[in-house]
Amino acid sequence: MRNAAVFFHFTFFILKFNIYINKFLCALCELCSERLRGDFALNKITEKFYLSENVVRMVLEAPEIAKKRKAGQFVVIMTDEKGERIPLTIADSDVEKGTITIIFQIVGKTTTCLAALNAGDNISGVQGPLGNPTEIDNFGTVVCVGGGVGVGVVYPIAVSLRKAGNRVVSIIGARNRDLLILKDEMKNTSDELIVTTDDGSYGFHGFVSGALQDMIDSDEKIDRIFAIGPVPMMQAICDVTRPYKIKTIVSLNPIMVDATGMCGACRVSVKGETKFACVDGPEFDGHEVDFNLLASRLRMYLNEERESMERCRCGRDER
Amino acid sequence: MRKENRWKDAGAEEMKDKKERETIHRQGMPEQDPKLRTRNFDEVPLGYTEEMAVAEAKRCIQCKKPLCIGGCPVDVDIPGFIKLIAEGNFSGAARRLKETNCLPAVCGRVCPQEDQCEKICILGRKGEPVAVGRLERFAADYERESGNITVPEIARSTGKKVAVVGAGPAGLTIAGDLVKLGHEVTIFEALHKAGGVLVYGIPEFRLPKKIVEAEVDYLKKLGVKIITNTVIGRLKTVDELFEEGFGAVFLGVGAGAPVFMHIPGENLSGIYSANEYLTRSNLMKAYRFPEYDTPIVRGKNVAVIGGGNVAMDSVRTALRLGAENAYIIYRRTEVEMPARIEEVHHAGQEGVQFKLLTNPVEYIGDKDGWVKEMKCLRMELGEPDESGRRRPVPIKDSEFVMDVDTVVVAVGTMANPIIPATTPGLETNRWGHVTVKDENCETSRRGVYAGGDIVTGSATVILAMGAGRKAARAIDEYLKS
Repeated sequence: MRNAAVFFHFTFFILKFNIYINKFLCALCELCSERLRGDFALNKITEKFYLSENVVRMVLEAPEIAKKRKAGQFVVIMTDEKGERIPLTIADSDVEKGTITIIFQIVGKTTTCLAALNAGDNISGVQGPLGNPTEIDNFGTVVCVGGGVGVGVVYPIAVSLRKAGNRVVSIIGARNRDLLILKDEMKNTSDELIVTTDDGSYGFHGFVSGALQDMIDSDEKIDRIFAIGPVPMMQAICDVTRPYKIKTIVSLNPIMVDATGMCGACRVSVKGETKFACVDGPEFDGHEVDFNLLASRLRMYLNEERESMERCRCGRDER
Repeated sequence: MRKENRWKDAGAEEMKDKKERETIHRQGMPEQDPKLRTRNFDEVPLGYTEEMAVAEAKRCIQCKKPLCIGGCPVDVDIPGFIKLIAEGNFSGAARRLKETNCLPAVCGRVCPQEDQCEKICILGRKGEPVAVGRLERFAADYERESGNITVPEIARSTGKKVAVVGAGPAGLTIAGDLVKLGHEVTIFEALHKAGGVLVYGIPEFRLPKKIVEAEVDYLKKLGVKIITNTVIGRLKTVDELFEEGFGAVFLGVGAGAPVFMHIPGENLSGIYSANEYLTRSNLMKAYRFPEYDTPIVRGKNVAVIGGGNVAMDSVRTALRLGAENAYIIYRRTEVEMPARIEEVHHAGQEGVQFKLLTNPVEYIGDKDGWVKEMKCLRMELGEPDESGRRRPVPIKDSEFVMDVDTVVVAVGTMANPIIPATTPGLETNRWGHVTVKDENCETSRRGVYAGGDIVTGSATVILAMGAGRKAARAIDEYLKS
């Protein structure tokens, strides 16, 4: 009996000691000790998983945002005190659980570090919901086009459009089968789903713009199109729909800093007029957007992004 | 006989004091060497030593009817705190300051004293005025560095809740005032850090951020609740704040939208609004990239358009980021510049090149969409305009081109439309600024008050604080009735 007690105490001591050692080692690490200080309203990550090799779906605690957000709106996220502010579209929300879902592609340092976090970890801030909600109405037949990670952005819009009584046809695409995301979710929320891959490893062999062209050629009446994805894809979709004068809404994701209309980093040219994507958008009539300007402004910090990535130590996430 | 003697003695002493006082000159401010400071973001003025502060404080003649107080938007007891410094009671001086000004370390640095208290100081009529701002800074710094910060008495809780929108100078002031009166105050800040323009706009070398943090911490000690990352108008509307049980709402959201000139090429890469340039550098600490993740363009030839304080902050930031040529492009002359003389002087010392009577008309980009040249016109001054300043008129055929790789547009700001657009019944003027009844900052909506740049358009920190002070009194009255 006594031996058992001693053994228990000893084990307990070792365990406790271990915790202290860990805490001590952890305090030495610059990443946690320095970067997670400061008075932030922390938001906890409750779920995380990879939708594809480089696209992550993450659920965050943000009860007030969950209550307020509408399709098309976004949040600005800061992973830690020294981090960048990056805009990410809200893909979904759960009012009861008080959570929002974000879907992002790992492209730079911030998204790499964000993806390296796990359920139970905190990020230092979520601001939102920002931007204007998507104009939702019963338009008739709508086509939701999503390319790459853009499927995550078009998904909540498709859900809302379906709820409003539209016939929703969705076209989603990726470079190859492994990079396709949200296929089942999109299928469930669409009356018809067309899948394309650039290499033909799944579905229609080609681009989403090609699939859309086929649909237009089949004389199906389309009342409105929502196209979200990489800049060349949105541009290609707009080029397809322009001759037919089908209203095409695109969601722009330029570089932002404050995302409340204060800095003008996100300025885009729409119908020859300068607009701020954060407060005037993020959605605009695609036929009026200057995509070349958008693409060149998105390249503004390529060198710095590379430098940042080289220093980043977050890439060691084990999956 | 004895009585007469005493009078005589006192008179003699006063005479001696006066003599001594007159021999003291206004104490200069020690500064970082211009050659060194353009390579760092450390503060430029170093602050008075105790000896200097006491000597400067002794210059104050302690007017019976001090004019200086009338020049201060928040009615600081100027002779009172200066007397305490002269007596060596520095902490007492800080406490006296804080009775009326909850941000003395900030005001001592960024207030335009030369246009306020020091402008009407009686000593200024014959010689140089008392350096009120430098003394204010000294006392506040002394208290902060001593770590011995006392919290004043807070009135008994009134049970009333006030929502303050925006944690800038106006919001912080009203929060401090109302919490002392026993109200429960919550500040909602859109960004992730409290301070408003003090953290995103004014650079480290003019206002170290640790000072703003200390002043914000002081407010928290008083019991003010600060909630960051909350954009009122998006996450919650003003009406929803009332539904949540707030008895009054104060809008101190600032003039947060940048003005561009709408000339060709203005959206090229490398062209910033001053708001973006400064926010990246100050709030996001891009000057410490890659330690901090937010990047900023470190241009070699940087042109800053404008002649105000924000333009000076931007151009001096550009120098510190490594610019070889940093230009101020201003369409009038130095006389009309709205910037503080001290700022223009500092910029000049540091090697900023002033291209006056010059106005950009077009930006020319390279094949990658990056700005490489700026087309300008030379100007001359014509008749005075409605602001009283002589209107700049372009000189015919004076076009010329400058090589630039970074441009910062610092030609002013306008009101951010988020709050007016989401608050029914809130009246604004034709510039989008919220209209208020002059005396008490009350808007067209009952229980909603406003102050600072959202009412006046871009102005100074201290004027916003003055508005916060006025609104605090009005809200206190309103909640009691």
